[in-house]
Amino acid sequence: MAIKTEPFVLNLGPVHPSTHGVFRMRTTLDGEVVVDMEPVFGYLHRGIEKLAEERTYTGVIPLTDRLDYLASMSNNLAYVLAVEKLAGTTVPERAEYLRVIMAELQRIASHLIAVGAFLNDCGAFMTPILYMIREREKILDLFDMVCGQRLTYNYMRVGGVSHDIPDEFLPALDKFVRRMPGFIDEYDRLLEKNEILLVRAKGVGILPKELAINISAGGPVLRGSGVKWDIRKADPYSVYDRFEFDIPTGTVGDCYDRYRVRIEEMRQSVRIIKQAMEQLPLGAVKSEVPHLIRPPVGEAYAHIEAPKGELGFYLVSDNSIAPYRCAIRAPSLINLTALRDMVRGWKVADAIATFGSIDICMGEVDR
Amino acid sequence: MEVDEPTGIYPSATELDRTESEVIEALKKRSQQPIPDPDEWLDEELKRNILLTSVDAILNWARRSSLWPVVCFPACCAFELITTAASRFDISRFGMEIIRASPRQADLMITAGTLTWKMAPQVRRIYDQMPEPKWVIAMGACAISGGIFRSSYSVVPGYNRIVPVDVYVPGCPPRPEALLYGIKMLQHKVSKGSIATEGREE
Amino acid sequence: MTVALSGQEIADKLDKQFPGGIVESSQDSLVVNSEFLLMVATFLKDTPDLDFNYLTAITAVDYYDYFEVVYRLTSMEHNHSLVVKTRCYERANPTLPSVVSLWRGADFQEREIYDLMGISFDGHPNLKRLFLWQGFKGHPLRRDYW
Repeated sequence: MAIKTEPFVLNLGPVHPSTHGVFRMRTTLDGEVVVDMEPVFGYLHRGIEKLAEERTYTGVIPLTDRLDYLASMSNNLAYVLAVEKLAGTTVPERAEYLRVIMAELQRIASHLIAVGAFLNDCGAFMTPILYMIREREKILDLFDMVCGQRLTYNYMRVGGVSHDIPDEFLPALDKFVRRMPGFIDEYDRLLEKNEILLVRAKGVGILPKELAINISAGGPVLRGSGVKWDIRKADPYSVYDRFEFDIPTGTVGDCYDRYRVRIEEMRQSVRIIKQAMEQLPLGAVKSEVPHLIRPPVGEAYAHIEAPKGELGFYLVSDNSIAPYRCAIRAPSLINLTALRDMVRGWKVADAIATFGSIDICMGEVDR
Repeated sequence: MEVDEPTGIYPSATELDRTESEVIEALKKRSQQPIPDPDEWLDEELKRNILLTSVDAILNWARRSSLWPVVCFPACCAFELITTAASRFDISRFGMEIIRASPRQADLMITAGTLTWKMAPQVRRIYDQMPEPKWVIAMGACAISGGIFRSSYSVVPGYNRIVPVDVYVPGCPPRPEALLYGIKMLQHKVSKGSIATEGREE
Repeated sequence: MTVALSGQEIADKLDKQFPGGIVESSQDSLVVNSEFLLMVATFLKDTPDLDFNYLTAITAVDYYDYFEVVYRLTSMEHNHSLVVKTRCYERANPTLPSVVSLWRGADFQEREIYDLMGISFDGHPNLKRLFLWQGFKGHPLRRDYW
């Protein structure tokens, strides 16, 4: 005798302990299996692109901090590269190396939270994220030493960086860099062959290679699916062409591959920081730019490899002190395009784990 | 088991969008003035009944030592809240053991992030679902006055348009030490409360 | 390094295929007539030595006389990129064809442009507001919003 059933509409609402920020999924369920899913965002839409048109070019830098608030240094770097392309400013060597060191430290900090939150979603309630926050606090202490802030730094400027590093920074960074690979090995020992993680993450939320390229994914989402594309190698910016590092890729494109890509990227970032520290030259940290920058009429696009994907800024100028249009290519919004396909046919808990493995930040999705 | 079409008890997606936008517009119209802060506790001449003083003391001690926050994580300040709850600046030594997912089991709302008009009805709903007595800490510049985004077209200028706020913690984002100081101020406020004056009108 | 292809060379190739489609071309970019947009995009994606299979970004800019929508295309195989632009001259109800059938990454970006600038895209499967709620009046990112 057949039992009559109906699909059930469940709202995984904006306030939910597992969704990374205010993201809403309207799921249609058949029992526990997700039949359809519609993402709804906009709960953090603050109008940053419109506010940027009313501020000077240097005054937009604090606004860019708040886009992907877990990786503020990267956001600052992308915006400042775009303004420098537009205005034709050169940057001194020491500033370039400092920018690379800060960007790679920021990549490690962002991936620590990404991996910790993903494991939180997989069910290891607070243990991994507390271990990872312990390391992240060391990185935040380094940033505090340099620019006085723990989360939204406002450190990069057009033509360089805002202050030089104090004397205690390099010894502290050296100590961190020598101990960090040991901590990453500690996480691997606890998690790599952990049975629960393997069952929850292997084979779940598969993103095939062709689909990943078609939806313009970037970052670990794209590399986890097997595409070897990293902007630091394909289109190097700043001084990245002087360092040796590898690009980890996955094979299948499931949650476990994306998790492994992030862990390996942390190791490669430590390698880059070591090389940058050895090659760090002396000199000025900021070139002479006028107080109110007035670039010539034109447009420029600059992109970097942010921890979450390809972050790009498209600036249009009309020779005034404020940008005419500041458009942001947000990686998290575009990586979410395939979420519906990755989640259909799986259970609710797998949907949460898949969403956690894409690693988004709502400040960037909603801008 | 055969799966049938839904019987129409669930509205379609466009219906849901329309009702949501009506709720948002109605709330926006109602919230043009800030809600006054609940500061009757500053009034020194509250009549204290001799029978209630020791009961008050015990109840206030119990309430302020076990404030449980509810999940309300819109934006960047959320990460300073999470680091405050982590092992370096531990808030569980002040009694806030777990950040509760269900508002029915919480009594403190630490609003950590910018509030937009689209999110405002949900925050008000979470506040209404918390049982009395409840307190609100507005954390960060965006929560106090809209912060750096005040002139935007979709940002609520301060949480006190939507919920009554007890303690304001400035900063962008406030350091964990600043948040702990704000929590200490709230505990001081709770210790001055009295069950004789309970029953706040909304 | 990703080579940014010159708009003029691509314009010469496209002019033979689609006469009248190219409005202007320069070193950095290529402006296409909006009726020819879908055909030009299909040609750019399918030709083997151009092979633009990755849509980096779509953005819209409001110059007061017209709206300009900028498509940035990249080819991973050959590591080159191209900028294609198109213009809409109507203010009240501008429309453009949608490229979602070619690159699915355009899905949310076109909805965002509809929400904030007011340009509709024909052929988009789910064109409704993305960030703002349904009853919001106006399109905030236009230069004459306030």
